[in-house]
This record gives sequence, structure tokens and C-alpha cells, in this order.
Amino acid sequence: MTPELLQKYEPVIGLEVHAQMLTKSKAFCSCSTEFGASPNHNTCPVCLGHPGTLPVLNENLLRFIVRMGLATNCEIRERSIFARKNYFYPDLPKGYQISQYETPICHDGFLEVEQKDGTLKKIGITRIHMEEDAGKSIHDFGAETLVDLNRAGVPLIEIVSEPDMRSSDEAYAYLTTIKSIVTYLGICDGNMEEGSLRCDANVSVRLRGAEKFGQKTEVKNMNSFRNVQRALESEIERQIGLIERGEKVIHETMLFDANKGVTRPMRTKEEAHDYRYFPEPDLLPVTVTTKYLDEVRSEIPELQRARRDRFVSEYKIPSYDAGVLTADKATADFFEKSILSLVKKSDESIKALSNYIMGDVMRLMSERKQTISALGLQPNHLAELVDLIQDKTISNKIAKDIFPDLLGNSDSPKQIVEKRGLVQVTDTESLRATVRDVIAKNPNQLAQYKGGKVALFGYFVGQTMKATQGKANPEMVNSLMKEELEKA
Amino acid sequence: MTQFETAQKHNAELNAFLEIFDENPFPSHEGPLSNMTVAVKDVLALKDARLTCGSKFLENFHSLYTATCVERLIGAGARIVGKTNMDEFAMGSSNENSAYGLVKNPWDKTRVPGGSSGGSAVAAAIGACNVALGTDTGGSIRQPAAFCGVVGHKPTYGRISRYGLTAFASSFDTVGTFSRTLEDAAKSLEVMSGFDEMDSTSAKIDVPKFSQALSRSVKGLRIGIPKEYFGEGIEPDVRKLIEDAKKKLQAKGCEIVDISLPHTKYCVADYYILTTAEASSNLARFDGIRYGRRAIPPPLEGGGKGVVSLEDTYRHSRSEGFGREVKRRIMLGTYVLSAGYYDAYYKRAQKVRRLITQDFIAAFEKCDALLTPTTPTTAFKIGEKLSDPLAMYLNDIFTVSANIAGVPAMSVPVGLDSTGLPVGAQLIAKHFDEETLFALGKEIMEQLPYSSIE
Repeated sequence: MTPELLQKYEPVIGLEVHAQMLTKSKAFCSCSTEFGASPNHNTCPVCLGHPGTLPVLNENLLRFIVRMGLATNCEIRERSIFARKNYFYPDLPKGYQISQYETPICHDGFLEVEQKDGTLKKIGITRIHMEEDAGKSIHDFGAETLVDLNRAGVPLIEIVSEPDMRSSDEAYAYLTTIKSIVTYLGICDGNMEEGSLRCDANVSVRLRGAEKFGQKTEVKNMNSFRNVQRALESEIERQIGLIERGEKVIHETMLFDANKGVTRPMRTKEEAHDYRYFPEPDLLPVTVTTKYLDEVRSEIPELQRARRDRFVSEYKIPSYDAGVLTADKATADFFEKSILSLVKKSDESIKALSNYIMGDVMRLMSERKQTISALGLQPNHLAELVDLIQDKTISNKIAKDIFPDLLGNSDSPKQIVEKRGLVQVTDTESLRATVRDVIAKNPNQLAQYKGGKVALFGYFVGQTMKATQGKANPEMVNSLMKEELEKA
Repeated sequence: MTQFETAQKHNAELNAFLEIFDENPFPSHEGPLSNMTVAVKDVLALKDARLTCGSKFLENFHSLYTATCVERLIGAGARIVGKTNMDEFAMGSSNENSAYGLVKNPWDKTRVPGGSSGGSAVAAAIGACNVALGTDTGGSIRQPAAFCGVVGHKPTYGRISRYGLTAFASSFDTVGTFSRTLEDAAKSLEVMSGFDEMDSTSAKIDVPKFSQALSRSVKGLRIGIPKEYFGEGIEPDVRKLIEDAKKKLQAKGCEIVDISLPHTKYCVADYYILTTAEASSNLARFDGIRYGRRAIPPPLEGGGKGVVSLEDTYRHSRSEGFGREVKRRIMLGTYVLSAGYYDAYYKRAQKVRRLITQDFIAAFEKCDALLTPTTPTTAFKIGEKLSDPLAMYLNDIFTVSANIAGVPAMSVPVGLDSTGLPVGAQLIAKHFDEETLFALGKEIMEQLPYSSIE
């Protein structure tokens, strides 16, 4: 599709995001939420929907959603109720899902996403509510369908945005902002590929400048951040194509086919779903007090964007570096803990720390697919390593050599350096003796040097370093070599 | 004769028990209830025992756990005699809706025992146990208690945990007791009451010594006589015995107050909208997929061998598993919650529920308890109302209001009518004031000649 044609229309996008909460137990019973258990292992009479069982709200689900609501500037309802969403499906044990309907606990908020030019755009949050997940139907066995209820009752929050996004880029930015917020809040691991974060979109297009929204479609089955963007692009083009051909967009659900990169209508017979929502009589209304809100507010950490900006102003590191360091909260925490342990908190030391984390540490994380805490590296050890370089106890090269030994090791860099005798030689007289020795052993090179081949200076320095097994302080070697070559 | 023997002897004829535990699987141990035997309505869960709810759907279903109220009784030393017959999923007023056959009234075997807890009412009346547990959603304890001549107590909603009670209408369902004596009712209530972390709607409120209330003086208590409960259609003998009860209370120093509960005429309609709505959702879990009856529908056209559709599986399982009354209520409830009807029925009925509750709260500013007949008539003939659901529903006319408002109520035997059938008087008190019911019940209760039905 030509850029002109795309330019003629304006997309209107709203997103519905489901985030799986990182509570230890399910939303309404005490079963574990742990991923990967054998099928139907994490179940009990309550989440199996056995006769006579009743739901009891997991207090952490409430705490987590209130964190999210506060972090996205929502109003938090003092009194909200649960509702039953009724429908039949084999992986829905009770025949209804406990959700919230007329009174979502969080409503009328917003978050700001960073646009390509660095400016911020406000995206409205219509509502955020609590609900339970259904189980999983597995259709891979011919005509048979198997049901795994480990996921049944796992707590979710649903975050519904206003139709405020005007491009797939904005939708992408919105989604990554949501991910950053939920991971910073410690309420969701933000993994879209594994389904901890799921996204459906409402999409329409209209002629640029038009006031009325066009007919929307719903797009589902987008299981990565990139696929959300691709699916939206494809759906936007499909809708523009229809309108340009004089056809109509009809209200339907589209599925994204990631292999072909296109959206296509969901092929199920049109069932008019009537969920018959009504207040859940088994649960009391949820009430939150001002005191509770204050308590939860105090648990909310500085979020990514604020932290990135603070890193730039406080630690004088480039904005790009600050962005990389703060993308993951644990990494940013590690960086700041390391800074606290630095003996010399100079800009150079902090920059050196940042380089170490962005280089060796992050490379290891991606190689091993591990979080920073799983590496077994202690922030104070990394700080000490940087201190040792800065006070010239060891060279950069030695630091690089011993870095792998810091992982999972209780010995500090200082102890490792001492044990292995890796301390930099800074004793002038013994270095001078080595320098003289090197000059004496290389009469030919000396003659050439004296004859004007000054580039050989590096050769003499190299030989000296070699003779000291790299422990000599290079700057001292430089100046001593200069002196001794003069005299020779 | 032991109570087990009594239970067994009468069961062929009365059909009160669905299961009698021959060898008591729950050995008694020392506790406040170690001399007490308890029959359990088959809507309450008992680990490893069948839990049929009077339905074909759960014919072979065994519970994985024990209801909190039953567990507390066992913990206090009570022994469980067996599980009692009932109207399917507690829906009915005659016990004729059980998939396991009707139950007969021991006072006249051509008559119904009332429902839905008919089996429990009979078990208590014939002396097959000290206490029979029932559940009361709109009168399912009080009405059969009146018909069978025993004390039937429905405490305040939230007093006893509902965990393990197969839900019919969650915001109405209440566990309660049948017994020949008020003492047994009080003692078992003390044990079962109190907050349960498995039921968020159970009340975090102190549990009084209910048995001590039995010796409390009623002097000076104000007894409200709601005029709406004394209109047309009440049998003369019933009216007379309630009048006698009133006089007894007067003689004990109670003050009689005329009361009006103006929204009474909406109670039955309100009740049937709200309870069927909740039931339609509560019974959705019985779909034949995970447990209970799974029908094998005809194979799907064009499908492979043995391939059936999901919808057909649901439809056939539920069609075969549920009886007529249950289906009727599921359809009613589905209808009142449907898009386009929700506001006119469900939402409106919720508002009416608040008005009815307000009636009670206002009434209890003028009096301490209400006295009414439990039912307009004594036990009716088997089959008499089976073809007229509306007439059957109107049997609950005096009992549903206490469930709508969540207040405690009790039916106490006050004598036999001229044909020898028991009559019950209903006492209703304010939320969590069961003690007043016990104190007043003690004064009006008449000793019935149980030996004649044993």
C-alpha cells in the first residue's frame, strides 16, 4: 500500500491487555500458580468447581491491582463488587468466570508513552479489573480434547485502554510501557510469549480529519510485542483496502496469522454470547480504605522513565545507557547497589560500572538466559573490581581475566587478586630494574630506536609488561622507559 | 431400639434416608456432642460419601471433602447416622422432586413431609437422630418442620458457613437444624456457628451460648403480629393454634404489637426471580464434562466414528440428569438474567429485596420478634400440588421473607389440628438474635405425641 494512501487514513486503536499476576496462589483458592506442573496437579475442589465449594479472595490480587491502578493514575473505587460471567466451556469448571463488570476497582486513569521524537503522549485507561483465568483445552489429540485445569483460577487483571492510539507504533509503545510498569511493580513477569501478558486490539480507520470513528474489528491471537505491531499494520491496511474498494468493514473478530503476517476472520459459527453478568453472591464487596491506599502507594517503586531520567542527571551517564540499565528493574537495582558500594564514587567509576554491566554482565545474562540475580554476581564485588581498576591496583586486563571468577564466588576481587599475586607492580625501583633489563637484552632494537625508529618504544613497553606478567602499571612503565631510553 | 435401627426400620416405608451408615464410619470421641447423632441432608458434603443432592445427575458422585458445619459437628463428638432424601438440588416444597423417590409424612403416610429438606424433617420426627441438618433457601427447613411436627431452625444468613453446601441460591442458602427439642437445636448451633475462612460470607461475629437463652425470661418482650401474615387462606385450626401461642406469650408478660410489613405481597415473586437467577448460574457446573452424569449423544453428522458435539453433550447430559422442577428454575433464572430482561427482572427484584429487608428493620424497631403461622395449611396430600407449580410455590408464602432479609426464623410445633396433623408457629427475630427465638420458642412449644409415629 502506498504511503500516500496510508496517510489518507487515521487508525484508531484501543487495547485490552490481560496480565497474569505473580501471586503464589490462585485468585480464589490456595492452589499454587506455579507454571509447568503436570496437568491438573495444581487443583483442589474449589478450582475444580466441585459442589459446595466457595471462592475466597487472595489478598495479594487486590494489593497488586491497586498498585497497578495507582501507577496508572486511576481512580480506585472504595467499594467494588465481583460479578459472574456465565458461559459454558469445558475448561471453565464452574460454568462462569468470576470477574468484575459494572464496578471495576480501577477506572479513569492514564499512562504516558514515549513517541519516536521523545515527546510523551497520554493514553487513557478506561478500567482495570480483577478476574480468574480459565483452564487450558488441548486439542492435539484427534477428535479428543483434553483439559488441564492448572491455570483455572489463576489471577489476572484486565487493563482496558481508551481508543487513544493512532498508529501501530503507539500501540507498541503502549504495550511496552505496560510491560515495564507491571514488571517494575513486581506484579507480572511481562512475558508475552509465555502468555503472562496477552493483548487483544480494537481497530478502526477513518479519513484523516474525520470526527466519527469507523467500524471497528477485534484482533486476537497476537502473542508477541512485534506481532501486535504486525497484526495492527496488516489489519489497518486491510480496512483501508476495503474502504478504498467501496466495500464495508464489518464488525467481526480477526485472528492474526503470524506465519503469513495477515489477519483473517475467525471461522466459528456466529454465536451471540449473552454472558448474563450478575453480582457474585459468594464474595463480599471489596472495600479499600485511604489507609490501605497509602500503604500500597508506599510499595510503588520509582518507575522506569523516572529512573532513567534520574540516572542521567544523578550519575551523569548518557540517556541511552540509562535506558538500557533501567529496562529491567533488577538490573537497575543492581547498578545502584553497586554504586553504593563504590569507595570512590567518581563519574569515571560510575561510568566504568555502567560499562561493565552493559558489557560483560548483560552479555552473560543473554548467553545464559538468566536474570541478573541468577548470575551469582554480587553488586559490592563488581564495585570493588571497579575500585581496584580506578586506584590502579589492577589493570583493565587483569580485571577482565578475573571477572568470570566473581560469579558464584564468595571471594571478593581483592581476595582473588591477593591470592593469585595479581597486584599491579607500582614499586618504582623494581620496575626500573626490569626496564633496564629489557633494554640491555635488546641491543639491536635499541640501536634502531636511537637511529630514529621511535615506534619501537611500544616494543620495549610490551616486553616489560610481558616480563612482569601484565602486573606492571602501564603508565609507570611508560614514563620509566622514556627516562631509561634517554639515558641509554 | 437404637437410632440406627429406627432409621432402618422406617426407611422402606418413609424413604427419609438415601444412605444409612451401617457401621458408623465416624467414631465418636469425647466432646460437647458425644451423645448426639446427626442426619445430614444430601446436599451437604461428607468426604468419600455420596453427594447426590437428590439428583440423578450426581448419582455416583462422591465428595472429596467435608462441609464445614458437618466437620465441626464430628469434631465435637457427634455421630453421623446417614444422609437424607430431599427435593432435587433443594428445589421443592413437598419432597416429591427427588430422583430417589418421594418421602412420606410419618403422621399420615398419604401426605407429603414438606420440602425441600423432607428427609431430614422425617428423620428428626421419628427419632432416627437427635438433630437432622437441613438447608433453608425459602422455607426448606421451617415448612417441613411444621408439617412433621419438629423444631426447625434457620439461623441468620452468615451464622453457619456454607462451605460444603451445594449451592441453590447463594445469597439465600442457610444451613439449619431439625430436632424434637430446642436444646438439641441450640447445642448443635453453638458448635456449627462462627466464621469460616472457607466462606467469605460467613459472619465474623461472636457465637453466644444459645442453650442458655432457653432459660431466659421473655417478660417485657414485644411480639409483632404482622397483619399481612393473617389474611385469607389460613386453615381455621392453624389460625387457632397460632392464636393460642400468642396468648401464651401474653400470659408470660410479652407485649403484643400490631405490625405491618407492607412489601409482603412481593415476596414470593421477588424470591423466585432472585433465587432462580442464582440457581441458573450455580447449576452451570453440572455439565457432564468433569464429573456427574455424562450422556452419550447421537454421533455428529459428518464426524468420524463416535464423534459427538460439545453442545450435544451438554444438552443431553443436562436433559437426562436434571428433573422437571430444576429445569424449570434454570430456564426462569436464565431468562431473568438475559440481556434486555436483566433490568426489568433481576435488577428490579434486587431493589425490592432491599425494600423487604427495610420492612423487617423498621418492624424490629417496634418489636423484638414476629409471630406468624409457618404455613397456611398443614401437610397436603401426595400429588395434590404436583401439577400446579404456582400453588406449590405459594406454600412458601410465609417463609421466603426471612431468607430475602437474611433474618433468623424458627418453626416450633404448637399442637395438632383436628385431624391429628402437626401445626407450626414461626418466630422471626432480627439479624443474629437467634437467642430471642430460643427463649420464645420454649414458651410456645407443645410436646407432640411422638410415640405414635415411632
